[in-house]
Amino acid sequence: MIEIKDVYKSFGALEVLKGINLTVKNGEVLSVIGGSGSGKSTLLTCINGLEPINSGTILVDGTEVHAKSTDLNKLRRKIGIVFQQFNAFPHLTVLENVTLAPRKVLGMGKAEAEEIAMKQLTAVGLAEKAAVYPGRLSGGQQQRMSIARALAMSPDYMLFDEVTSALDPQLVGEVLDTLKMLADKGMTMICVTHEMSFARDVSDRVAFFHKGIMAEIAPPAEFFGAPQHPETQAFLSNIR
Amino acid sequence: MFNTSMSFEDVMFLAQGAWITILVTIISVFLGTIFGIFFGVLRYQVGPWWGAPVTFVLDIFRSIPLLIQLVLVNAFLGIVLRLQISGFTVACGVLTFYTAAYCSEIVRGGIEAVPFTTRRAARSLGLNWFQDMRYIVAPLATRVALPSWIGLALGVMKDSALVYVVQVTELLKSTQILITRLQEPLFLLTIGGLFYFLISFPIARLGGYLEKRWSND
Repeated sequence: MIEIKDVYKSFGALEVLKGINLTVKNGEVLSVIGGSGSGKSTLLTCINGLEPINSGTILVDGTEVHAKSTDLNKLRRKIGIVFQQFNAFPHLTVLENVTLAPRKVLGMGKAEAEEIAMKQLTAVGLAEKAAVYPGRLSGGQQQRMSIARALAMSPDYMLFDEVTSALDPQLVGEVLDTLKMLADKGMTMICVTHEMSFARDVSDRVAFFHKGIMAEIAPPAEFFGAPQHPETQAFLSNIR
Repeated sequence: MFNTSMSFEDVMFLAQGAWITILVTIISVFLGTIFGIFFGVLRYQVGPWWGAPVTFVLDIFRSIPLLIQLVLVNAFLGIVLRLQISGFTVACGVLTFYTAAYCSEIVRGGIEAVPFTTRRAARSLGLNWFQDMRYIVAPLATRVALPSWIGLALGVMKDSALVYVVQVTELLKSTQILITRLQEPLFLLTIGGLFYFLISFPIARLGGYLEKRWSND
C-alpha cells in the first residue's frame, strides 16, 4: 500500500505539490491526469525518494520513504519506475540492460538473472531482441525494454511517468498493451498519462491534478461521466 | 655519405633516449589519469563552489609553462628542501600533475555528458551511487572522453621532451647530443622524429580501435 499524507513539495519558490492526500491499495491501478506543471510527475519521483519533499509523509508498505533511517536503495527494489524518456543504457545489450540490476543489486548469478530477464523480455515481446543494442530498437521497443528492466526486479509497485508521450503515434498501442497486461496480472500501478482511453478502460480510479492539488479522484465511469470539479470539466472538454 | 658517420652505438643511444621518453610518458599518464579521475569525480560531486580550491591548484598546473614548472619544482626540492631526488622522479612528478590537471577536466566533461535521466533510471533500479558510477557513468563517460584523453596522452609524450632541464636524457636530448658530435642536424632530427612517430602511432591506433569497438550503440 502507498499512503501519501499531506505532502508539500517545492522547487525553490515554485510550489509543485500543495497538500496531496492519496492512498493506493495493493492491486489497484490509478491513472493520474492533468495539465503540464500540475505536479503529477513530481509525485512519482517523490514516491521512490528520487526527490525530497518539504513536509508530509509518504509510506510504502508502512516504510516512510523520506525518513533518514530508510535505505532508499533497498526500498527502490520494490518500486519500479518507467519514465517518458526511455533511458536505455546504450552501452549494454537489451539482455544486459535487464540483468544489470538483478545481478548487481540483488546479487543474482548470471544464469538466474538471464532466465528472469528472458521471461520478462518474452512477456513484453522482445525475446528475439535480447542480444541487440538499444540503439537498434524503435522507441516503443526501447520503452517496453525499460518496462521489462523494471519488472526484472520483481517490484510490488510500478510507477509510469507519461511512458507513451515521447512515442510516435503508431507505437503508443504496443506500450499501452504492455501496461494493460500488467494491470490484468494484478500489479499495483500509478500511471501518469495523457491517454484518456487507457485511463478509462484500465484504471480502477482516475485522479485529476491541477496546480499542485488533487482536484478530483473517482472511478473512471464517474470521473469521465460526471466530473465534479470545474477544472476537471474544463480539462476534459478541452481534450475531447 | 653522412650515415656512415653514425655507428650502431649511436642508434642504441637514441633508442635508450626513446625508452626514457616512453617510461616518463607511461608513468605520468598512468598516475596522472588516476589522479585526474579522482579530482574530476570530486569536482563534479562537490560542485563549483566547494571544488574551487582544487580547481585553482589544477589551474596552476595547466597555466604555467611546463618548462618553468620543471625548473622551479626541481630547484625547490633540491635547493630549498635539500632533498636528494633524481631528475627522473621530479620529471614524472611534475608531468603527473600536469596530466592530472588536464585529465580532471576531461573526466568532468565526460561525466556531465551522461544524461541526468539515464542516471536517474539507474538509481531507480536500486543501484547505489558507486554502482551507478561504475556500471553506467564510467563506460558512457569513457566513450565521450576517449578522443580527448588520447590527445592528452600524445601531448604529454611530446611535452616530455622538456624534462631535459632536470637532467633527464630522453629522446630529444639524446638527439641533440648526437647532433653536437656528428654535425648532422637534419638527418638526426628526422631519425628522432621517426622514433616519436613510432611511439605515438600505437596510442593513436588504440584510440581508433576502441572508438570503433564501442560504436555499437
